[in-house]
Amino acid sequence: MAKVFGAAVKRREDPRLIRGKGRYTDDIRLPGMLYAAILRSPYAHARIRKIDAEQAKKLPGVVAVFTGADLEGKVGPIPTAWLPPDSDMKTPAHPALAKEKVRYVGDGVALVVAEDRYIARDALDLIQVDYEVLPTVVDAEKAMEEGAPLLHDDVPKNVAFHWQAGNDPAPAFHEAEVVIRQSFRQQRLIPNAMEPRAAVAQYNSGSGEMTLYITSQNPHIHRVLLSNILGIPEHKLRIVAVDVGGGFGSKIACYPDEALVAFAARELGRPVKWSEGRSENFQATTHGRDGIIHAELAAKKDGTILGLRLRMVANMGAYLSTAGPGVPTILFGLITPGPYTIPQVHVETYGVLTNTTPIDAYRGAGRPEATYVIERLVDLLAMELGMDPVEVRKKNFIPADAFPYHTATGLEYDSGNYQGALEKALKMLDYEGWRKKQEEARKEGRYIGIGWSTYVEICGLGPSQVAGAVGFQGGLYESATVRFHPTGKVTVFTGTSPHGQGEETTFAQVVADRFGIPVEDVEVVHGDTDRIAMGWGTYGSRTTPVGGSAIAVAAERVLEKATKIAAHMLEVAEEDVEFEGGVFHVKGMPDKQAKIQDVVLQAYLAWNLPQGLEPGLEAQSFYDPVNFTYPFGAHACVTEVDGETGEIKILKYVAVDDCGPIINPMIVEGQVHGGVVQGIGQALYEEAVYDENGQLLTGTFQDYAMPKARFFPMFDTDHTVTPAPHNPLGVKGVGETGTIASTPAVVNSVVDALRPFGVKDLEMPLKPEKIWRILSGGKKS
Amino acid sequence: MIPTAFDYERASSVEEAVHLLQSHKGEARILAGGHSLLPLMKLRLASPAVLVDIGGIQDLKGIAVEGKDLVVGALTTHSELSRDERVKKNLPLLAEAAGLIGDLQVRNRGTVGGNLAGADPASDLPAVALALEARLMVEGPQGAKEIPMEDFILGPLLTALGPDEVVRAVRFPIPAETWKGAYAKFEHPASGYAAAGAAVVLLLDEGGTIKEARVAITGAADMAYRARAVEEALKGEKADEEVFTRAAEQAAEGASFSGDLFASGDYRRHLAQVYTRRALRKAVS
Repeated sequence: MAKVFGAAVKRREDPRLIRGKGRYTDDIRLPGMLYAAILRSPYAHARIRKIDAEQAKKLPGVVAVFTGADLEGKVGPIPTAWLPPDSDMKTPAHPALAKEKVRYVGDGVALVVAEDRYIARDALDLIQVDYEVLPTVVDAEKAMEEGAPLLHDDVPKNVAFHWQAGNDPAPAFHEAEVVIRQSFRQQRLIPNAMEPRAAVAQYNSGSGEMTLYITSQNPHIHRVLLSNILGIPEHKLRIVAVDVGGGFGSKIACYPDEALVAFAARELGRPVKWSEGRSENFQATTHGRDGIIHAELAAKKDGTILGLRLRMVANMGAYLSTAGPGVPTILFGLITPGPYTIPQVHVETYGVLTNTTPIDAYRGAGRPEATYVIERLVDLLAMELGMDPVEVRKKNFIPADAFPYHTATGLEYDSGNYQGALEKALKMLDYEGWRKKQEEARKEGRYIGIGWSTYVEICGLGPSQVAGAVGFQGGLYESATVRFHPTGKVTVFTGTSPHGQGEETTFAQVVADRFGIPVEDVEVVHGDTDRIAMGWGTYGSRTTPVGGSAIAVAAERVLEKATKIAAHMLEVAEEDVEFEGGVFHVKGMPDKQAKIQDVVLQAYLAWNLPQGLEPGLEAQSFYDPVNFTYPFGAHACVTEVDGETGEIKILKYVAVDDCGPIINPMIVEGQVHGGVVQGIGQALYEEAVYDENGQLLTGTFQDYAMPKARFFPMFDTDHTVTPAPHNPLGVKGVGETGTIASTPAVVNSVVDALRPFGVKDLEMPLKPEKIWRILSGGKKS
Repeated sequence: MIPTAFDYERASSVEEAVHLLQSHKGEARILAGGHSLLPLMKLRLASPAVLVDIGGIQDLKGIAVEGKDLVVGALTTHSELSRDERVKKNLPLLAEAAGLIGDLQVRNRGTVGGNLAGADPASDLPAVALALEARLMVEGPQGAKEIPMEDFILGPLLTALGPDEVVRAVRFPIPAETWKGAYAKFEHPASGYAAAGAAVVLLLDEGGTIKEARVAITGAADMAYRARAVEEALKGEKADEEVFTRAAEQAAEGASFSGDLFASGDYRRHLAQVYTRRALRKAVS
């Protein structure tokens, strides 16, 4: 049988999803189901004087209207579940419906439940809310200033936390021959998963059991949080999230809305559905990034980096979202040295509340911000010293023989070969060739730029002990059950919750490969807390390194038991049995064999099992990794800037990523392509803009520019393979690499293109008018 | 994303559609491809009491060459327009512009009649229709009439079409003599609409001199317009780069430009000039 680990097996999810046979939350229709709609604040900051819902209640078909007062004692506050240590963190109360004050446009004020979704929507217009509009602050640095409008009385100066990490960088700056200083703005982005959020709740008042179908990246986390919010014991609460149409981090958080739907179903004794509209999604689903990083880099004149000092002011939005505080702290700060030997690093982060939609993880979550800063700084250093940016990178890379490597921020990079990835990318790009073309183009008055990004990221989140140490209010192990059925078919239950990444295929490949059975004989089950023992979900590129490893361990346990049975069947000792390609055979006697399917059948018939061995054939694993994984790579981007209009065209894009052994190259390539495009989206197009009153000006796809396939050339992708030494598959995760790497590669490229104009830095997104103004400002050289 | 309640009527003929519009006294809107009106209704920016669906009227479909005109039925989709051999042969810039509208789904559903009647200031087709001096064949209570494109668009989202009138077809005259044409577009990365789009038609004599030029610009200003100053500057000149550059500098004359989040008025004015030159260059290349 051909090896299936490493084969480009077509995604088995696709036929059902493409043909409309998927089961998304909005597809669920239950008998007697009601529909909910949520009235959201049109003001970014206002006191609620009075809510009059009488007119709405009178509308035929309206079943109930609930406001914050109705939730008293029934729906608790929405929690924050990442509490970075030693950060003096203040977690402001986040009621499921605003009672006294609204704090951002989109903050929930009332819940309407009606016989159909049209009536529910119409009823929203009939609710009269008397608002006293208050002064608004949307910018994080302004929110910290004396006299700024205060969002929460218990959070002075709107500063929710102040966190720091690293060591004392003063000696590095004392020793420095060159210091680069630059501030970098990470604009706010809107995740825009293809499927907006939705929830369907069904409550059985007889048994007290609640089933809640939601769009979730982590159903078990949602179960424990919603259990607390709703006062439903965990064993009576079932969360189901089968087909989920993308999340990019925005479906990690526990939102008020899903809790409200469950509350309404319990109150009314009928199933209730709520589906978020796209405009609602722009306002009410978490945003990503948004912060300013003030950076200083100390170096010697030969390009050796000595130290790094960063101060980040992170905009957290109006409330601290579930994992929000972990993003600009742990996930950002610890990886700021990147792939370089920087002995002295200090990072501090202020988490600031503003009258904007709450911020949480968005693909890459903290690591794109960190990579952007260090990769821009390295380019600025090269520019300052007149060195080639590739040389500066090589000079400072952690050598391939220095792993495991301990960073100044306390991480232990497990393995890596940064030079190897860069060398491969240099060849794929034909770097020298492009430098010549760039030179020739400049003579013709054309502006071509070449930009690099060499990155390392923290993935495979992560060891539970570390999760605890960094304030994540949960474990980060993963559960798996691998169950043979009597006919030799296998069901795999994973605690991760894929929502577009393709693990129904790759996990089946892992198991099929190990058991020597067809991929079709393996089914992967995820996203149901009643079917799966425990899980922490899909985010942080953890699904394959942690969830896949759990499956590998469970499969090994299954095989151990199967070997005992096979030995018994073959009438030899266990150590005389070998297993290969789905067949057990006696060592040195290839003809004396038993197929795994036959062994499985015997395990279930139990007519003749070894003494003391229980019937059945399945195993469970709770796999807790010993370290994070550290994927790395080198990306290069060639751009041309239109000298008349400032339009930017990507001429070539090369991505070399190292995610360890590849289970399915087609899926990995898909992840890289999608990630790269998403990162370029930040560099060139995407930006959530609020006006000073806190109104979201980019609230539709007419204004918020998502990258489109036709904007890009085909990407050249390849890989190096450096296994993670500590997990059974050696895999490291690839879901976020593209997003982490591409943004600085593009910006570095455009800055390089505009060198003749004396450009050193550009603020994202690089909209054409911004570039045109530089071009029309005249050449400096 | 749910509109207010509305009544739905399905017309089986143009006459019936006109009658339905008349009987609802300005409360009704026509539904064709639904790609301008429905998004507005979903955002509750438009709340018509009645929709008159003309989607089933066979008379409004099809493309034909009638004498010296290419006649395009109002319900022709942008996809059909962009792929039709007669359009590609006779008026290639029309096919090209239609192929640049929105995305594939929009092109498969959106219609020519709906696009022009919608009069979106950033839509691609108005520029091409202006440059080709198209005429809209309109049916109303008083019978049939033709409205030249230039008289049809009155302002942003505003046309000369009466509340009880229906666009039956669009008549695009095929220039008789030697001519060149092109459409060049700077696409808004979010909406896909033109941040600046220039359509040019150059009627040439045997020696390559421009006898007549028609230049129209969409997207940049608050409505699509004929760039008369450019046309004047081109008339009687050789079709070469120097002439194009000089003429295109006047592309912003007579139009008013205002900025938005994506582009300021100044930048839009500049884009109108650059894309006019690019369209001219493309026409003769």
